[in-house]
Amino acid sequence: MKLLQERIKTSRFGESIIIETAIRIMVPFIQLFGLYVIVHGHYSPGGGFQGGVILGASFILMALGFDLKTSTERLKEKTNIVLGNVGVLIYTGVAALCAVMGGLFLDYSALNKIIPMGVIEWRSFGIFLVEVGVGLAVMSIMLSLFWDLGSGGSLDEGL
Amino acid sequence: MKALAFLATLVTGAILLYGTMDFPAWGDPQAPASAHLSPHYIEDAVAETHVPNIVTAVLGDYRGYDTMFETVVIYCAGLAVVSVLRRSRS
Repeated sequence: MKLLQERIKTSRFGESIIIETAIRIMVPFIQLFGLYVIVHGHYSPGGGFQGGVILGASFILMALGFDLKTSTERLKEKTNIVLGNVGVLIYTGVAALCAVMGGLFLDYSALNKIIPMGVIEWRSFGIFLVEVGVGLAVMSIMLSLFWDLGSGGSLDEGL
Repeated sequence: MKALAFLATLVTGAILLYGTMDFPAWGDPQAPASAHLSPHYIEDAVAETHVPNIVTAVLGDYRGYDTMFETVVIYCAGLAVVSVLRRSRS
């Protein structure tokens, strides 16, 4: 018991070991569920926006339960911003690629000329590509909103 | 000036409310949207896109522009917050 109390005092993490342990167990499952919601959007309610929000919420939970530094160690700020940009670029890039390949803007069936796997299958797969882009962008933006608004922009100490 | 702004708000709101009177009733099966667009989506979306979830098909394929600019709007909001608030530690 004494050891536990000392460890809590010297720990740079949050004050409650119960919350810490619960978050440590929950976060991987939350992230897995977020990926599932993005990927399974074709068959069930879900998609890029919802899955991205769940992914971002897992990091926000980490920042709330432990410390803001813990979440920025897990996902570097620069990586996060790059992910957000890449997400929007995936969406607009796929759309522009359709136009370059001879179809209309956002007409995924034109991508059949690159990898021939069927016009209709490409319309389904194009939606998936786009949803991944949306998910990345939403996750990154949610996280950077929380980081910057919660710490006043200095990212050293959060809520 | 405040009274003028209030008056302008009231007039605009009244015009908008008046405009909603011409809308079809909620869930009206004879409305143009229900008569042409919805049956097409419900009947042909799965055959045209191979996506069992029609909502996803409409969101990602038929209404792709809308979703693209939704993403861009979120991106711009995040970009604005980061560029206004973020300070590098000196």
